[in-house]
Amino acid sequence: MKILFFASLRERLATGEETWDELDGIATVADVLEKLKSRPSPWPEALQGKVMMAVNQEMANADTPVSENDEVAFFPPVTGG
Amino acid sequence: MNIDIRVQQEDFSLGQEYDRIRTDKTQVGAICCFSGLVRDFGDNEGVIGLELEHYPGMTEKALHEIASQACNKWPLDSVLIIHRVGALKLADQIVLTIVSSAHRQAAFAAGEFIMDYLKISAPFWKKELHHKGGHWVEQKDSDVTKLEDWKTPKGP
Repeated sequence: MKILFFASLRERLATGEETWDELDGIATVADVLEKLKSRPSPWPEALQGKVMMAVNQEMANADTPVSENDEVAFFPPVTGG
Repeated sequence: MNIDIRVQQEDFSLGQEYDRIRTDKTQVGAICCFSGLVRDFGDNEGVIGLELEHYPGMTEKALHEIASQACNKWPLDSVLIIHRVGALKLADQIVLTIVSSAHRQAAFAAGEFIMDYLKISAPFWKKELHHKGGHWVEQKDSDVTKLEDWKTPKGP
């Protein structure tokens, strides 16, 4: 599974991308988020509050299912235009 | 129905795009254009430029989806959305939408609809640059509540 971070979240986490080979029972976006939040600082703080999520480049929510070959992204509310 | 989506670093010419759309077909009676520019204030005063980040791949899909929704709602002839990314200076163009239709009401409404949805669902992020550094722009509550207007059916 490929996991992407953008904008202020990417800067706070000091990474834009990582890959997970083993999913270990992860079934939804919420599971991915919980696993990321269980890491040491700055992960829990950065992922608190309003975080938008996408699966395979479509807007998703916490309940959206995920599997091995998916691309999951987390980012702050968008501000284009 | 012609949907044209472009995400690019380069600048664009409203005049060129307008002329192309105008001369393309003869059933078009109205063309509505919107361009968004970099201004010198935002969340803070003293903005000297912008840095625009996006999610390559998803951005194009999201813009295409918004344009398709507009085409389903109004009788449109064409929708063009150009959005720039990367480093932009004050007064630079950020975004261009051009909607053509047989009728002006459809063109006006669809143009506004597209910009309202772009603000909420297209993965772009603006960083305002100041002399002392940068500041990621916060999403405005008013942009979120504005979408409710499109979801609530209008009375007679």
